[in-house]
Amino acid sequence: MAEPKTAKPIKKRKVKLDENLLAYRGVWVFIESERGHVHPVSWELMGQGRQLADQLGVELCGVVMGAPGPTLEAQCVSAFHYGADRCYRVASPVLADYRNVPFTRALTDLVNAYKPEILMLGATTLGRDLAGSVATTLKTGLTADCTELAIDPEDRCLLSTRPTFGGSLLCTIATLNYRPQMATVRHRVMQMPVPQPERSGLVVDFEPALVETDIITKILEFIPDEMRDKPQLPYAEIIVSGGKGLGKGENFRLVWDLASVLGAEVGASRAAIHAGWIDADRQVGQTGKTVRPALYIAAGISGAIQHRVGMEGADCIIALNNDPNAPIFDFAHYAIVGDCTQILPALTRTFGAYLGKTQKEAA
Amino acid sequence: MHIVVCIKQVPDSTHIRVHPVTNTIMRQGVPAIINPYDLFAIEEALRLKDRLGCTVTVITMGPPQAEPALRKALSLGCDDAVLVTDKIFSGADTLATSYVLASAIRMLHKETPVDIVFTGKQTIDGDTAQVGPGIAKRLDMELLTYVSRISQVDLATRRIIVERRAEGGVQVLETRLPALITMLEGSNELRFASTPNMFRAARATVRLWDRTSAGIEDLKLVGLKGSPTVVSRVFGPTPRAEKAKQIPFDPAAPDAAAAALLEQILAESPRVQEELAHRRQPGVRD
Repeated sequence: MAEPKTAKPIKKRKVKLDENLLAYRGVWVFIESERGHVHPVSWELMGQGRQLADQLGVELCGVVMGAPGPTLEAQCVSAFHYGADRCYRVASPVLADYRNVPFTRALTDLVNAYKPEILMLGATTLGRDLAGSVATTLKTGLTADCTELAIDPEDRCLLSTRPTFGGSLLCTIATLNYRPQMATVRHRVMQMPVPQPERSGLVVDFEPALVETDIITKILEFIPDEMRDKPQLPYAEIIVSGGKGLGKGENFRLVWDLASVLGAEVGASRAAIHAGWIDADRQVGQTGKTVRPALYIAAGISGAIQHRVGMEGADCIIALNNDPNAPIFDFAHYAIVGDCTQILPALTRTFGAYLGKTQKEAA
Repeated sequence: MHIVVCIKQVPDSTHIRVHPVTNTIMRQGVPAIINPYDLFAIEEALRLKDRLGCTVTVITMGPPQAEPALRKALSLGCDDAVLVTDKIFSGADTLATSYVLASAIRMLHKETPVDIVFTGKQTIDGDTAQVGPGIAKRLDMELLTYVSRISQVDLATRRIIVERRAEGGVQVLETRLPALITMLEGSNELRFASTPNMFRAARATVRLWDRTSAGIEDLKLVGLKGSPTVVSRVFGPTPRAEKAKQIPFDPAAPDAAAAALLEQILAESPRVQEELAHRRQPGVRD
């Protein structure tokens, strides 16, 4: 989001880096994998990291960690395809599955050895667990859930923008006098870069000082989620979402009706979740899912920042609301001001006829 | 066994309004509540107390106005409450906050050794989820984040088994106390305060700790001064450069608006057109 005219810049503080911090150079992305599969947020960060590294004129590096073997090798190759110039490969049987202590120790040691100026991680359960631990161990600044990352051309500082006050405002945060500058970003916030199979890079092996007998926490079991019943919001191409403006819980049925005709996923605002109208795993927004569909229909959603940062990557946003001053009309592409309980059934009929589906068939 | 629960008093975000011109938070009249995620931490501590008979101390760092949040925790069944408050703590980011809370927990540990520290998974105002891991690292405790269930606690061997929400599944972890646990929302259901506990909470003394009682050793590490992150700008959202296209809506003929909308997006958004084309039944006429 661009700077609004009303924003007041807070008095600028000068960067004064200690002698030993001046040597910190390069942009790093921690490549997260669970049971061999790289989380797509890591590649999204690679795309963002490429831009930051180019602006700073430094290398973009990936960090892969895990059990020794071909999986790590393959992850390095993918990292190069997604934009990395160099990969640090940290292989140890102790790192086979994620545990806080060995991963924190290995990543902290690696940072101290090679000194990056920026370290980015995905804001997943793993990434947040690890980032908070590494930042505290290194005594440096960490900004969670950034929605925008940029470089201040004057002092090379990373400017991390994120929602604040429960998503009512945005703030830009900088880590001026500490290195590395750390940030986490949620899945689907940054765009997935197009892999370039001709790219390659340098693999640097790092030997972590880890012995299994030193690690107190043991993994007894991993129970994978049943994926079938989970809503697949992050990758849905069409989403119909409902909010408090629907008036009452029963009216959410109209959202489901339109979604079934469109073959769409159903989403919701935080207010609708708190009202108990729909399951929490359908929440779209800063504390829910970030989505990037072709079409997003928001019915009775006011459009607070908390919701906006989760869906403004949509190609086409249609807002239905009976309040003509709702903030959602500031960033929607199409607006219908009126009663959602009348508009939604009209859309269901019209889209249904166009697609050749009656509501019954779709359900 | 001694359990410490870290909580935070936060403004109820559902009531937060932003001033339309100055883009500042309008705090007046916004109710202060215990961070809702922390309630799961309190409840889990109280369940362990019910099962194993331990002492539960609730602690927060904040202004003197945060006292009611602690009293509320006492009314739910916590035994002791500490408010760590000092004006030099203000402006703290997560790193400086974890430093103060870790120091205070060390002081509590000197009174009675601490076995488990609980926090919520994150707060609803900051949403960072960083303070819990920070405290664990500073106290060199085992860190268990996003815990959905505590399946076993064996005080004799000091082993604990928990289920932790990970990406794509649940990790069953075994570790040794002391540990810091951040509880996942929905992992338990909060109890109601009992009448005797409400009376006890009303009469109880909430201990006020300043920098000295909290055992702060390095004043450079607290508050704004001890915070590596600096907020350089706070701002409201910007409208899109192009205004939303208004589709006129007449309640007497709602389908006309729907048809106009469909026609426009088909003409103007190739990606939506393509998505809808995939979904069309064969043989449907325009």
